[in-house]
Amino acid sequence: MHKEGYFGQYGGIFIPEILYPAFQNLIEEYHKIKEDESFWNEFLHILQNFSGRPTPLTYASKLTEHFGKAKIYIKREDLNHSGAHKINNVIGQGLLTKRMGKTRVIAETGAGQHGVATAIMAAKMGLKATIYMGAVDVERQYPNVFWMKQLGAEVVAVESGQATLKDAINEAMRDWVSSFEDTHYALGTACGAYPFPEMVTYFQSVIGKEVKQQILTAEGRLPSRIYACVGGGSNAMGVFHEFLPSTEVELVGVEAGGKGEESGQHAARIAFKQAKVGVAQGYKTLFLQDHEGQMQETHSIAAGLDYVGVSPILADLHEQNRVRFEAALDHEVIEAVKLIIKQEGIIPAFESSHAFARAFAEIPNTSKDDIVVINLSGRGDKDIFNIAEGLQDDEWKTFIARRHQQYQAR
Amino acid sequence: MTNGRLLSQEDISNIKLADLIESKKSTKRIQIMTHQILGYPDFETNYEMIKLFAKYGVDYVELQIPFSEPIADGPVFLKANQDALKNGVTVEQCFAFAEKVAAEFNIPFLFMTYYNILYAQGVEAFVKRSKEIGIKGLIVPDAYPEGSAEYFEACQKHGVDAIVLTTPYTTPERMEYLNSLASGFVYCVARKGVTGSKTKFDDATTEYIANCRASLDVPIGVGFGIQEREDIDYLAGKSDIAIVGSELLKVLERDGLAGVERLLAELTEEK
Ligand SMILES: Cc1ncc(COP(=O)(O)O)c(C=O)c1O
Repeated sequence: MHKEGYFGQYGGIFIPEILYPAFQNLIEEYHKIKEDESFWNEFLHILQNFSGRPTPLTYASKLTEHFGKAKIYIKREDLNHSGAHKINNVIGQGLLTKRMGKTRVIAETGAGQHGVATAIMAAKMGLKATIYMGAVDVERQYPNVFWMKQLGAEVVAVESGQATLKDAINEAMRDWVSSFEDTHYALGTACGAYPFPEMVTYFQSVIGKEVKQQILTAEGRLPSRIYACVGGGSNAMGVFHEFLPSTEVELVGVEAGGKGEESGQHAARIAFKQAKVGVAQGYKTLFLQDHEGQMQETHSIAAGLDYVGVSPILADLHEQNRVRFEAALDHEVIEAVKLIIKQEGIIPAFESSHAFARAFAEIPNTSKDDIVVINLSGRGDKDIFNIAEGLQDDEWKTFIARRHQQYQAR
Repeated sequence: MTNGRLLSQEDISNIKLADLIESKKSTKRIQIMTHQILGYPDFETNYEMIKLFAKYGVDYVELQIPFSEPIADGPVFLKANQDALKNGVTVEQCFAFAEKVAAEFNIPFLFMTYYNILYAQGVEAFVKRSKEIGIKGLIVPDAYPEGSAEYFEACQKHGVDAIVLTTPYTTPERMEYLNSLASGFVYCVARKGVTGSKTKFDDATTEYIANCRASLDVPIGVGFGIQEREDIDYLAGKSDIAIVGSELLKVLERDGLAGVERLLAELTEEK
């Protein structure tokens, strides 16, 4: 394999020997599907007929007017079936699972969006599914847990470690080392051992391909800037990939700044310059870790961004100065959510709202000639409990109390 | 008790692992390697455990440096890794402890840990320090051979054995490749899965071990799921070393040091 699978100094394969056959098989199949045009067509066909692709690129007229500077466009990944971009990757990996003759999929999930997408795909494609989710995230995103179970997936709440996304990944790996003969691990983001970062990017690149066509149709030119939130990095790589050669397009990845740079409660690996190169979870990248190599605690208001590592592809693109990294703080994100809802009639996920929060902070420095595209990776319905809490909405609280009483009375 | 005790009177500090294993073969039907997670439940207990290992003629001891993301470990070791870290165990403390026991006990010690623990200090620096404190070999399950040239080169340069692993799924071509990297001994993982649950030794396992033996130029150790005397008897004559891991920790947690002593007596008794 040699340097295949590396992006600059990042990436690679660091897995227990037992997974050798699983990765050999996966790498082989991935190469095959990349050569096979009919695979991409089948992939697109399902996305078009099942998930509503292409998703619109909405001109945000009121937000544009509100700031009075660059024209703002929103890529509507929230309109995917399942409510987030995660379904793009999952349909691709579902087809791959079938090709490999496997009958079961496992997945990790943070916000639960990848878990729901996987459960949907498994139901549709007739596969068994087990979803690993940190116990903390189960509490934060219970509506998604409910749906995963309704869809027939087994949901395992992971209590170990910090009980968030990285622990769910570890637990999925532990399942996979016993089950790889009939099970595919459908990793949900552009991280992990090769070929996952590249393969997930490949499936998600459908986002940027559409944006390019749509913006050329609408404006006759490429955008000045594209913003995307970065958890593991799949929606960001998805929207960025097509534009990598177009260096006039500035690419901005927005991480979870949590409670701030000095708080120790964030997941801004690159923007806060606190991560160091390390090897964990099967790959080499920038991890938030202590000086002895133990992973540190992370925090974000958005479960899907609350992760210690980052896509090795993005780590490299940052090093090459191709992608700029910024962070948005929890409270800035809540303000952004309010503004998007009021101005555009769109309910955004907390994850995606990080991209908006940063874009809103920078738009005053743009000109009217600029075009800004913001990737709305998912919708906010799943966050109803958290958004209501963030907004300190009293009517919602009374409603929950009323419901609680009804359940108790029964 | 065991003949190994006689041998252990010799100073082992300048003997290579592979030579030591070979030399013991004539007198022991099977050699035993045990395991400790450093700092769990605490270093004092680690020390008492090692004293028992010495008393019962255990041949080699793996000292696992805790890591926050131990992907190859099952529930028992996972919890131990995390509890140790929660109690504030540091890599520095592990080195200090290892240095002490390596000087005090005439048992070859190996470090087991994950790649990031090496990477954080610098892979070569970690290997060099390990050598300096008397560590004989390293077991790093996520040092996937194709991507870990730096690790293998550092081990070779400093005379520490990088223990490679095989599995029942290792193809003949890969076996040849792993053989080219092997030094000390090869850790033959008995089954798929993580550490901790029992392995059923059947004809397929017998064939796998025989295949490892035939394909590899260094001694072999078989591990994962070895829990009782019966397993050791099964491995005698097939493998040079039987590796006992989680079971010792489970027994320690259930029955304390007295329980561990009973298990060690049973596992090492010459019949
Ligand atoms: C809506 C949404 N956006 C973004 C993310 C972050 O993941 P990634 O960085 O892979 O796009 C998640 C993850 O759960 C998500 O649900």
